[in-house]
Amino acid sequence: MGVSLVKVYKANCNGLFLENMVNENLVKDVVKEPYKYGFVTDIETEKISKGLNEDIVRLISQKKEEPKYLLDFRLKAFKKWQKMDEPDWAGLGYKQIDYQDIIYYSAPKQKEKISSLDEVDPKLLETFDKLGIPLTEQKKLTNVAVDAVFDSVSIATTFREELAKHGVIFCSISEAVKNHSDLIEKYLGTVVPASDNYFAALNSAVFSDGSFVYIPKGVTCPMDLSSYFRINSGDTGQFERTLIIAEESSSVSYLEGCTAPMFDTNTLHAAVVELIALDDASIKYSTVQNWYAGDEEGVGGIFNFVTKRGKCLGKRSKISWSQVETGSSITWKYPSCLLLGEESVGEFYSVALTNNLQQADTGTKMIHIGPKTKSTIVSKGISAGNSINSYRGLVKMGRKAAGSRNYSQCDSMLIGDQASANTFPYIKSQQPNSEIEHEASTCRISEDQLFYLQSRGIEFEEAVSMMVSGFCRDVFNQLPMEFASEADKLLALKLEGSVG
Amino acid sequence: MQSQMKESDPILKIENLFASTDNLTILKGVSLTVYPGEIHAIMGRNGCGKSTLSKIIAGHPSYNITNGDIKFSGENINSLEPEERSQSGIFLGFQYPIEIPGVSNLEFLRVSTNARRKYLKKEELDTFDFEELVKEKLELVKMDHAFLSRSVNQGFSGGEKKRNEILQMALLEPKIAILDETDSGLDIDALRIVASGIKKISNAQTGIILITHYQRLLDEIEPDYVHVMADGQIIKTGGSDLALELEKKGYEWTDNFVKET
Repeated sequence: MGVSLVKVYKANCNGLFLENMVNENLVKDVVKEPYKYGFVTDIETEKISKGLNEDIVRLISQKKEEPKYLLDFRLKAFKKWQKMDEPDWAGLGYKQIDYQDIIYYSAPKQKEKISSLDEVDPKLLETFDKLGIPLTEQKKLTNVAVDAVFDSVSIATTFREELAKHGVIFCSISEAVKNHSDLIEKYLGTVVPASDNYFAALNSAVFSDGSFVYIPKGVTCPMDLSSYFRINSGDTGQFERTLIIAEESSSVSYLEGCTAPMFDTNTLHAAVVELIALDDASIKYSTVQNWYAGDEEGVGGIFNFVTKRGKCLGKRSKISWSQVETGSSITWKYPSCLLLGEESVGEFYSVALTNNLQQADTGTKMIHIGPKTKSTIVSKGISAGNSINSYRGLVKMGRKAAGSRNYSQCDSMLIGDQASANTFPYIKSQQPNSEIEHEASTCRISEDQLFYLQSRGIEFEEAVSMMVSGFCRDVFNQLPMEFASEADKLLALKLEGSVG
Repeated sequence: MQSQMKESDPILKIENLFASTDNLTILKGVSLTVYPGEIHAIMGRNGCGKSTLSKIIAGHPSYNITNGDIKFSGENINSLEPEERSQSGIFLGFQYPIEIPGVSNLEFLRVSTNARRKYLKKEELDTFDFEELVKEKLELVKMDHAFLSRSVNQGFSGGEKKRNEILQMALLEPKIAILDETDSGLDIDALRIVASGIKKISNAQTGIILITHYQRLLDEIEPDYVHVMADGQIIKTGGSDLALELEKKGYEWTDNFVKET
């Protein structure tokens, strides 16, 4: 194995770390914020019985009237999953998941065939209205096309006709299986194989719905596409699957949002997202994750075990992940890039905020396979309360990745003295002619900083939120416009409380 | 001198103030009255309670007032939050201005200025209008526009930090400004810039308290009153000649004073 140029910097910013800590009680108050999306929609649902076995897998496939190749894909994945063990290398502490105590398919009851949005159950439309995602013709967002997923199924996708004029396909993955079977058969499972990991295997066996995007050659998608995932049932797992294909010289920006009601039980969410970029294509994938995080004692909340990966298959292709992770009681998520094409580019920009007893283990894998590939990692972790926030990332330079470069920056901010932050960077290089740079820092909001801002008329909460968003600036700058302000607000909300 | 009749009401009136932190009594009965247009200097050894007094007036949460009152424009402000004090017109110029990474100086100044304007029921300024205002104020302290795009005080030299404090004072137009060792760490040119900035900002309606060790700031800004602090009390008050006397005699005599009492 060759030795490549690896620069590792470690620094504590300003020595603030050692300074007086923030007034504990005040900060504890500030980071308490009631969850605003915790309501349950009272709607009749069709649920299958609890538990997981081969018959359940067959039943899901049958309900969705799937072709044989897909049933085979599921069954193979299920067999693999049965032989696998739940991973424990992230060292996350949580109650063991009973996979037989989960419902694997739940769908709101509605008419068999829906020809327009007006036929969607008003209760569902109202739910998405409340979440700030109006779907109806009159109210829908004007600059973004939305695919709304409720528990196991996609209930509506806006702007389909307009997008179709450009040759862009944007629909639920179930519809894609019916109408674009060739693309599904060609690409499904090619980025995240069913045997990739425990949760990906589970998803491959039981995935219910999700979004499908196809951008044809040379097309710049005329608007942002987005999926909104809503978990409504407490005992149902959500296993969505998203597949995005960008043909040669095409580009798309995709946004993803998630919320769930407050239950005192834990709900499992195990998604798989696969992105494929061909020559000169670019995909920007942005997530604002705000699943229910559990209460102050850590009761309830979503277990978020997600596998997201993009394949830069073509020359000069580019995949950029940006994420703002604020919810879930457990986050286990490493959006990654396989950089195969020469001069392809992978990016990962992340803000992860944890509070109370939340645990987040998130980061990325940048696998440099082709020559002259480039990757950038910017990760900002903020831990408050008793939470644990870890960055875990791998940068790998393969034998053929000559002239490739990586730059990583991982910063942690601690609020209070009970929270913890970790950084686990893994670096592997088999190519001497490549460059890897890693920088890390840790800081703490100090009482002196807060007093300084307050003594200039800035209120305590605003002062905290100014410092937090200042800390996240590098990442927020990467988010699409609509998301950047939302992310700023979301962090402020999370940190807002009942001070004074 | 302070007992003479004044035409207007005092801006700041501190009466028999006792304050402590971590069960340690730092202020032991401070009284001080500032009328509009007055410049007061507070001098004394390190650790005599000068900086503590300034922080308490600004509302620092680490100190408890155990006795006495601070009245600002006739209202007791003992229980007001620091931001409320700032909004209503109290300004503290920090001895060691704090660095705030990631927060742009321009945005910080704008939010701060708007908080004060909101209190005064003046229209809040958008980015463009604020740029105009700040440009004008930058002149006062001879600061370059480039300072605005940097993070608050981050990487600023000692002199730049102090000038940034005076810039904030210029924007906030306080009724009373307490400047805690604003002269320390400044070379003679920077001192002149800062002093001339302070003079231009102050007027017949504002009060100024200069906390300093040295005569050289007082050569630039002549105080109406000089107070000498020792062991948490004001032990002597006089005119500007008192500062000159201190410059000659040093502070040793103040220690004797403390022993005697």
